[in-house]
Amino acid sequence: MLSVLVFLPLLAAVILAVVKMPDAAAKVGWLVLSGLELLMVALIWTRYQTPPPGEMAFAQREPWLPGVGSSYSVGLDGLSLPLIVLTVVVFAACAVYAWREQHRPRAQAALFCFLQSMCLGVFAAQDLVVFFVFFDLSIVGMYFAILGWGHGQAARSALKFFLYTFLGSLVLLLGFIGLYVAADPHTFDMAELTRQAPLRDSGWIGGLVLAAVVIGLAIKTPTVPFHTWLPPAHTDAPAIGSAVLAGVLLKLGTYGFVRIAMPMLPQAWQAWTWVIITVGIVSVLYGALVALAQSNLKRMIAYTSVNHMGYIVLAVGAAGVVTADTTTRQIAVIGAVTQMVSHGLITAALFLLAGVLHERRGSYQIADYGGLAGPAPRYAGLLAVAAFASLGIPAFSGFIAEFQVFTGSIGAAPVTALALPGILIVAALFLRALQQLLTGTTRGKSPDFLDVRTSETLAVAPLLLASLVIGLLPRFLLDVIEPASRVVVDLVSR
Amino acid sequence: MSGQVGPLLPEIILLVGAVATLLTGSFLPRPRQWVARIIAVAALIAAAAAAVIGLAASPVQVYDLTYTIDVPTGVARLVVMTATLLVIGLGVDELAGNSRESETYTLLLLGALGTVVLSGAADLLVLAVGFLLASIPLYALIGMIRTPAAAEAAMKTYLLGALLGILLLLGVVLLGGVGDSTRYTELTAGLPAAPTGVVAVAAVAVLGGLMFKAGAVPGHFWVPDAAQGAGGTAAAFVTTVPKVGALVAVYRLVETVPDTTHLRLLVAVIAALSMTLGNLAAFWQDDPRRMLGWSTVSQAGYLLIPVAAAGRSDLALPSLLVYLAGYAVSNVTAFAVTAALPRFRTLADYRGLAAGRPWLAGALLVSLLSLVGTPPTAVFVGKLSIFTAGWDGGLGWLVVLAVLNSVASLFYYLRWIVPSLRRGAPDSGPLAYRPCPWATTTAIVGGTAVVGVGLTAGLILALAS
Repeated sequence: MLSVLVFLPLLAAVILAVVKMPDAAAKVGWLVLSGLELLMVALIWTRYQTPPPGEMAFAQREPWLPGVGSSYSVGLDGLSLPLIVLTVVVFAACAVYAWREQHRPRAQAALFCFLQSMCLGVFAAQDLVVFFVFFDLSIVGMYFAILGWGHGQAARSALKFFLYTFLGSLVLLLGFIGLYVAADPHTFDMAELTRQAPLRDSGWIGGLVLAAVVIGLAIKTPTVPFHTWLPPAHTDAPAIGSAVLAGVLLKLGTYGFVRIAMPMLPQAWQAWTWVIITVGIVSVLYGALVALAQSNLKRMIAYTSVNHMGYIVLAVGAAGVVTADTTTRQIAVIGAVTQMVSHGLITAALFLLAGVLHERRGSYQIADYGGLAGPAPRYAGLLAVAAFASLGIPAFSGFIAEFQVFTGSIGAAPVTALALPGILIVAALFLRALQQLLTGTTRGKSPDFLDVRTSETLAVAPLLLASLVIGLLPRFLLDVIEPASRVVVDLVSR
Repeated sequence: MSGQVGPLLPEIILLVGAVATLLTGSFLPRPRQWVARIIAVAALIAAAAAAVIGLAASPVQVYDLTYTIDVPTGVARLVVMTATLLVIGLGVDELAGNSRESETYTLLLLGALGTVVLSGAADLLVLAVGFLLASIPLYALIGMIRTPAAAEAAMKTYLLGALLGILLLLGVVLLGGVGDSTRYTELTAGLPAAPTGVVAVAAVAVLGGLMFKAGAVPGHFWVPDAAQGAGGTAAAFVTTVPKVGALVAVYRLVETVPDTTHLRLLVAVIAALSMTLGNLAAFWQDDPRRMLGWSTVSQAGYLLIPVAAAGRSDLALPSLLVYLAGYAVSNVTAFAVTAALPRFRTLADYRGLAAGRPWLAGALLVSLLSLVGTPPTAVFVGKLSIFTAGWDGGLGWLVVLAVLNSVASLFYYLRWIVPSLRRGAPDSGPLAYRPCPWATTTAIVGGTAVVGVGLTAGLILALAS
């Protein structure tokens, strides 16, 4: 079941790429695939039952590379299931949004189906080599998405993105090899490595391996100081590319922290947790401040992503402070995972809405617009809702996530309170952007701005609705995340 | 086991095939030279089949313990035969009806035979014979198309080969002298008692000769010239096939020479220099063949990582063999793409390839991404396993350097990939020009094999470990 979910989009990608068909057929095919994936993931959600610690639901294992102790192994738990659902939802929104795509729509549909398969694979993987294969291929797919459908200096931004994140993935691979070599017997199996925690008593080698894993993941997340590829990549990427990049691909990095770094290298994580916390605080504040200084809407959203990812890093860092109360640290981890889902939904919506600006008028400059609420009231409404959700207003998922992140983190490590002004700055910058874009006299490129089309509404509204549902009735999500978070905190406290 | 013929069947078939190809070619009129091609292909297929049977049998040492037929030899045989078959496939368009068609096939078979002998040699004299047999056909192959560039490349290869070949013979003599034997089994016992200085000098001399065959520093100068100047068939062959025999031979040498000479450290340094130099030199090349030539120098560097970890990691030998298999098929595929479009001599010429010739562009993309080491292609499993073997063998610094080099290499491979994906002008470029059919087919078959080997590399790893 899980393997079908992962590989069905890949099959669709091959068909879309090889079979010559009319553009409309390709778009319909992509929508049908998204529908099937949504159905399947809904079925998986209803049939999911929290597995006992150390085991996985929907687990499957087939021999693949026995020579190096690696097998095709997939499974789900409370950390990966929400992200799998998020991936399917974000890609479905992209499929709807791309309904009006003019430029090589068949190739685009194939590429995004391929990307969806890779992202699902990363979250499902229970073997480090499998994880790496999907992780690396997601980068390749994204490179071609930016290169082929981007605008502005797309080739340059895509190259920077590729080289930077490829370096990150290979550094990550070094860390994986370090874990493999230290394990006895040698293995890449995640469950086995988690059980062994092989570098527990090895001092500085454990620190080095953790450094490789953390730097690899931090480049992907990205955290300060490894974030410089993100703004150009987002600025020049197509709208759905940005939505996938921010909504799903960034989570591959943060997911790695809770899935790999913390459970497999607990002692090194404890020893270096203050570095992680510092990086988190700096990312939150720096991301927010730089976002405040942006005049380009997409760059601004990109920097708020650095800020939002900072909360997650902060929380997982605080979870490593073993002297603190266990429950508090669990709340921090729950907050971190919730934030991954929340940020994915809201930022994908924001980037799709920013794409509407570019599609209509070819500019992301905030100063080019003004008074959009007049000609495009529905657009203004959606943008306002998305912005408020992103700045963490109660009733949306961002509030639940950030509230738990700070409750847990400040309880475990009071120093994390330093990051609180980040929320304030993000609120200020979103309000300012909304004011400049939507209110006042209709001027600049705003007159006769075409309001959101049906396909655009159908893409964005469900994302915001999902965020609202999580914000109002979070129990159904937290019930899945909580047991897994408890396991992570137990593992990192060893 | 002395004097047995059965285990040597693949080598014998290759030799008989080479002679038969030459004789048939001599008596056939030019339009019917294809008969010679069929004989050569049949010999390769028969030899490959015999190699598969040999792989299933248990390892033996034949002819007075001078020649080993074990898993490395078996895998090297198969890789060499497969790569040579692909090379003939991509060369048909260039060679058919050519005045030197059958001679080229003969030289390819002899070169393949030499490389196989290198990989199986368990005696220094057999090693020397293999070296000469693998080298001499190359000089002729590179100069075959008789252009000034080819002549220069052939001359360069010949001079360097002669110099490093003599060095290798000198090393063989010294090792034989101080070790009281030329057989590896006896050298393992004899060399530790010999003067370390002499053993070290001799081992370095032999290593130098093998580095010429592997196309690694310091024997790499001929590689980019040959890749650029020779015909497409010869270029694909000389940058791929000799490496297979040379690296297995170096592996056996490193395992034979005592640790006191620190030969492993020297191999590690050569690996570091090769991969770095090859990558730096490939950066701004504008001729795709020359760029590939430099890229093979860097690939030789990666291939030396498991050699430097020989005996220190269980994965060293399996990872070397897997990498060799993946590298051979990826490199030949990339050369097949250039052979399909022989008039395209700059990277910019490939503009519009994906739109006009999607399958060819796909083969190019897959083979180049494989050379970078992107999953799920052939070299990915190779890179994963050599990195693991290197780290396991205590060469963490070399693995880190290899990672940095991999990232750098992505840059120049992308310089080729990106224009091929761009939209090209309809009146020039790939749309206006029909690619050579045989080379195109070979490229597509090779591209499929690149992914196929990547997905089934577990089998090779399991076989070798």
